[in-house]
Amino acid sequence: MSSIGTGYDLSVTTFSPDGRVFQIEYAAKAVDNSGTVIGIKCKDGIVLGVEKLISSKMMLPGSNRRIHAVHHHSGMAVAGLAADGRQIVARAKAEATNYESTYGEPIPVKELAERVASYVHLCTLYWWLRPFGCGVILGGYDRDGPQLYMIEPSGVSYRYFGAAIGKGRQAAKTEIEKLSLSGMTCRQGVVEVAKIIYGIHDEAKDKAFELEMSWVCDESNRQHQKVPDELLEEAKAAARAALEEMDAD
Amino acid sequence: MNMVSSSTPATNMNSLMSSEDNIQRTQYPYVTGTSVVGIKYKDGILLAGDMGASYGSTLRNKTVDRIQPIGKHSLIGASGDISDFQEILRKLNEVILYDNMWDDGNSLGPKEVHNYLTRLIYNRRNKFDPLWNSIVLGGVKNGQKYLGMVSMIGVHFEDNHVATGFGNHLARPILRDEWHENLTFEEGVKLLEKCMRVLLYRDRSAVNKIRVCFLFISNVLNDLLSAFFLHILYSSISLDLRFYGVNAAS
Amino acid sequence: MFRNQYDTDVTTWSPAGRLFQVEYAMEAVKQGSAAIGLRSKTHVVLASVNKANNELSSHQKKIFKVDDHIGVAIAGLTADGRVLSRYMRSECINYSYLYESPLPIGRLVVQLADKAQVCTQRSWKRPYGVGLLVGGLDESGAHLYYNCPSGNYFEYQAFAIGSRSQAAKTYLERKFGNFMESSRENLLKDALFALRETLQGEKLTSSNCTVAVVGVGKGEEFQILDKETVQALINEFEIAGEEAPAAADAEDAAPEQGGATEQGATDQGPGNEGAAPMDI
Repeated sequence: MSSIGTGYDLSVTTFSPDGRVFQIEYAAKAVDNSGTVIGIKCKDGIVLGVEKLISSKMMLPGSNRRIHAVHHHSGMAVAGLAADGRQIVARAKAEATNYESTYGEPIPVKELAERVASYVHLCTLYWWLRPFGCGVILGGYDRDGPQLYMIEPSGVSYRYFGAAIGKGRQAAKTEIEKLSLSGMTCRQGVVEVAKIIYGIHDEAKDKAFELEMSWVCDESNRQHQKVPDELLEEAKAAARAALEEMDAD
Repeated sequence: MNMVSSSTPATNMNSLMSSEDNIQRTQYPYVTGTSVVGIKYKDGILLAGDMGASYGSTLRNKTVDRIQPIGKHSLIGASGDISDFQEILRKLNEVILYDNMWDDGNSLGPKEVHNYLTRLIYNRRNKFDPLWNSIVLGGVKNGQKYLGMVSMIGVHFEDNHVATGFGNHLARPILRDEWHENLTFEEGVKLLEKCMRVLLYRDRSAVNKIRVCFLFISNVLNDLLSAFFLHILYSSISLDLRFYGVNAAS
Repeated sequence: MFRNQYDTDVTTWSPAGRLFQVEYAMEAVKQGSAAIGLRSKTHVVLASVNKANNELSSHQKKIFKVDDHIGVAIAGLTADGRVLSRYMRSECINYSYLYESPLPIGRLVVQLADKAQVCTQRSWKRPYGVGLLVGGLDESGAHLYYNCPSGNYFEYQAFAIGSRSQAAKTYLERKFGNFMESSRENLLKDALFALRETLQGEKLTSSNCTVAVVGVGKGEEFQILDKETVQALINEFEIAGEEAPAAADAEDAAPEQGGATEQGATDQGPGNEGAAPMDI
């Protein structure tokens, strides 16, 4: 991944001799440097979780939101440059309201993912723009059930039942693969996601972090919302307990 | 905007597509609803309106809900053109959606919605293309009750009791005499029922199916509201009581 | 921070996934004179060091009132700061016009941050070279935010930006635990103390600092305190013996004009701290 692109990597409208666009790959590196973001699709909904790294003690918890609602039925978690992420969220909100205004029904999640991906891709086509330095995990619940999509800075979007981006994505993906998601409810999913995030957080390298979680599920009436406080506390406690168990071995 | 290619010489095609010369302005309303009456009572707001929609002198639809909730804190009731009301609802719901998506502890209360509505309506009237409605907006936020009205031309004000259309002439005199600060819920409903009865007698476009809606402050200090439905059938007037609300605590 | 071939355009990513132009813009903030902000549950205090180019000129205005319930202190390219303040004022007034209600500060800072982000993604623009400490109110009380040129914003209990702000930050980090319950007076004193840390030896007087405060409740609209009030506060805490609240008059306040007239030159000063990667 560290081939030198000297000369072919200064503009997003330049291909390298082996057919790569280096600027897009560099933008993806910005995502890799950020706190981990996880999304899973359970049997009755979607759970999104973010490891929000805190850079100063004086910062207030709850500030710098990384999960945003995009419509009643869907939400997006952002990894990478938070400022770029907000642009994508704003565009997604506009697409969703526009669709509903034209067609009279909430935008299907697949359609929303395609539109967001097209927008992200757009910024990789012109020299006067730059690719977004953020990856997005989009979760929503429509007529076809709960769905989870991930959109990368290159504009590529795939549907997943478990996805992770950011620093600890390799470790997170391993953990997600161990879960049996099709049999899990979102209540259980919330606890599992908390455990994974606590587990992959590197105490040595990054100091403090805050866990931000949201869900869209039958229990939340198919509306995207923050995970209720008591459930969140329960999940955090379970995660800490699991960590101690691991350390005790 | 012209969707047809501009190289087509057919000018009549172009003028059909383009909106430059054919701007329609609202001359008169088509399907209309009649009065809505609203009062503040001890614990909140009560709004009543019948469920009829008239097409001229035909009482065309008899199950039209002209009172709707807006967000967590407000109720809106409108008389006048029903399609314009639906458009207003669509716009307001979009504003409320964006407000909810902020998810930051701030929310648009009835005063803000009332003002937004006023701006919407006033700007349309300034273009000589009004939204042909008179609107009652009531709500409760942080323990404060709010009740206001906006007319088709943008006149807006707040009061303890408001009405639209015929309600102004038939219901408000009753309310002026019999309204007081500490109406209980039952007294409020009775008062509104009296107003609606007079309207049924004297307003030719009133129907005998009435919906009464309310928003209340609960005993718990942080505006906990609940939602459920109640049906009460009287001999000649069926009264449908509906509570609107959402847990505003989180 | 050394020069490299990826740092001339804001639309160029470096191989490590960094935007150097944005990071350089954040350096500009460090060049400006210090500004600090602190908040309690009900009040926010903003304070800044007044830097005048020479003795004959007046100082740059760094604290602006945005609305009755919001104010901002800037550090960096003050010209950029004024443009953003004007944008903020316009947003507040438009919201008030539509909703007859003050714009919640949390929403204003996001709009500001989004505006700043756009400048980091267009080749014909450059990032704003100014950091803003925005203090104000919304439904849940008083809040303090820091908006940086990258388009990020963070909410803080207390923060300091500009040159030699690390000294102030150290002081604030020690004491911020008590700020939530502080009274208005104590908050002001802490602000002045923190400001004094950034002066490093130079005497703090009402002519080399500006202090502003906003609070919840009537009569507590955002206002920049006048020189006499500031001097009285300074006297109160500089005298170790805890004398009774001293006379309101400043003893011999500097005869410089108190008016905050804008002058041309941008804020520049010494002091450059180590390079730091962009906030993520």
